[in-house]
Amino acid sequence: MSQSQAVPSVFPTATRERPATRVVLTGVTIVLLVILLLLPLTVIFTEALSRGLGAVGVALTDPDSLASIKLTLLVAAVSVPLNTVCGLAAAWCIGRFQFRGRSLLLTLIELPLSVSPVISGLVWVLLFGANGWFGPMLDRAGVRIIFAVPGLILATLLVTFPFVARTLIPLMQQQGAAEEEAAITLGAGFWQMFWRVTLPNMRWGLLYGVLLGNARAMGEFGAVAVVSGHVRGQTMTMPLQVEALFNDYDWIGAFTIAGLLSLLALVTLAVKAALEWRIGERSGALL
Amino acid sequence: MTVELLRLRKSFGRVGALDDVSLTIAGGEFIALLGPSGSGKTTLLRALAGLEFVDSGDIVINAQSMLGVPARQRGVGFVFQHYALFRHMTIARNVAFGLEVRPRGRRPASREIRSRVQSLLDLMEIGDLADRYPDQVSGGQRQRVALARALAIEPRLLLLDEPFGALDAKVRKSLRVWLRQLHDRMGLTSIFVTHDQVEAMEMADRVAVLRAGRIMQVDVPDKLYAEPANAFVHEFLGESVRLDCTIVDNLTQIEGLPGTTLATDCPPGPAVALIRPNEVGLSPGPGPARVESVHANGPMRRLRIVVGGQVLEVLRTEDAWMPVIGETCNLDLSRARNYPGTDQDRVRPSAGSVIPAKKPNRNSVPG
Repeated sequence: MSQSQAVPSVFPTATRERPATRVVLTGVTIVLLVILLLLPLTVIFTEALSRGLGAVGVALTDPDSLASIKLTLLVAAVSVPLNTVCGLAAAWCIGRFQFRGRSLLLTLIELPLSVSPVISGLVWVLLFGANGWFGPMLDRAGVRIIFAVPGLILATLLVTFPFVARTLIPLMQQQGAAEEEAAITLGAGFWQMFWRVTLPNMRWGLLYGVLLGNARAMGEFGAVAVVSGHVRGQTMTMPLQVEALFNDYDWIGAFTIAGLLSLLALVTLAVKAALEWRIGERSGALL
Repeated sequence: MTVELLRLRKSFGRVGALDDVSLTIAGGEFIALLGPSGSGKTTLLRALAGLEFVDSGDIVINAQSMLGVPARQRGVGFVFQHYALFRHMTIARNVAFGLEVRPRGRRPASREIRSRVQSLLDLMEIGDLADRYPDQVSGGQRQRVALARALAIEPRLLLLDEPFGALDAKVRKSLRVWLRQLHDRMGLTSIFVTHDQVEAMEMADRVAVLRAGRIMQVDVPDKLYAEPANAFVHEFLGESVRLDCTIVDNLTQIEGLPGTTLATDCPPGPAVALIRPNEVGLSPGPGPARVESVHANGPMRRLRIVVGGQVLEVLRTEDAWMPVIGETCNLDLSRARNYPGTDQDRVRPSAGSVIPAKKPNRNSVPG
């Protein structure tokens, strides 16, 4: 009995700080959290609601704002599934095979995370803009990419590419190929193996990656701003619309759209937290 | 049903994994591939299943070359080392998998699948676990699930990769007997990989000993133990006492024992003499051996004997003549086997064979 009591007290002391230190550290963290996160969030919603719900309704039904909401949803609806497929393929390639240039590919996948989003937008302008490499050719064919929806989608694709691949690669490496090999020896074809074994094993990780990618796709500003051309009602996504309204001194409008974006982010966070809890709960079984 | 491995070669980059491996397996046989890690035994098994491609050579099952046949069409059951059960499926679904993925024409009706799965699970004595998930059952039970899953496709050949590697000693022992009985009852042809010589010798009809991608010897366990083809097999399959010697005119001269000469057909030159600790003969008399210590070791007595500056471990039965500590006696090494070559053949210094003597003992060894 005395031993079982002595043991727990031995280990924590080595890393336990003095009470004062703990209080100070916790306090600083909380204060920072409030100033940096909670306060801005509160400001967004109080500003949006400062003239009541009616004003919010008016701001939301403004045709340009509605168009920006639709456009954001469209861009996300195209780029997220595309990146899910590409991310799966990339993760498979890197997680399952050893080949020359594998680590280079791994680095390239992460590039959009380290490069400034402005550059991620600018490359498309340099490629497809009026004076870009393929600009004149596209002009003659009558195809518009820059300052149009395709450009927005391309910029978003580039920025959100790493999310799915990066969540899946460690997962696939950790799980190994044994279950897939088992499926093959039992007579499964490639797609049977993929749908019945590979995908179910990755589902939570995949969902997590898709969620993060989606949040970024909807919230992206820098890359999109470069290729957008800021045509109101046509090439303005929600973050761009917020800026435009803000510059117009339309505070209610700006904060309403900002609030909507924040709500999307909060929902994403909640689902992500739920997923993390679920993954942690059954880590052995599901991840 | 016969399985023929013909001159298989395989290398991973510069590392050779299989080096000219040939082996013929008859239908109904239970074969063990035994070797230390890195000897290529798992690679051989995976090549048979179609999970690994060989560089050259051929795998022939029932007179049909398997090289162009993809893994999923080979009809080979594979039990993976860590079972590789589908973690998101119930045990019943795991076992049903091989039947469910069959093309429509050959797929049994779902009721038929269910009843076959249940009877397989019953056969494996885990019939009541059908609705559990793999992480909800014990290691031994998982092993049975993996076996049921592999058997569900009615394989013509069953391959098992270290089937008992992840189990504790007690479960291991009972599963061994059970698996061997299952093999006989179902008329299977099985090949299993292990690094545990006791397991291989106890279970298999024949054992193939591998080392560095080569088959050293294939034989029935008794013969493998009694007549090892080379020093590696001798030392890998059981405790061995190793003595360096020189062969001159068909006579063995053991180093440090000038008086001892034994007839041999080994070619002249440096060689080793290997003998099992229980094959060393001791008899009363003023011989070259001096007893350093005696330990009770179950039904046997383990003696440490100093001979010619070396310590040999000797096992003697309880009823055999027993010298006391410090006594000198005669040594009979006539059952030793000679193998040409020197110490470089040695892969694993098997515990307790030859240990350099402690200094004070050297003077007390008679010439």
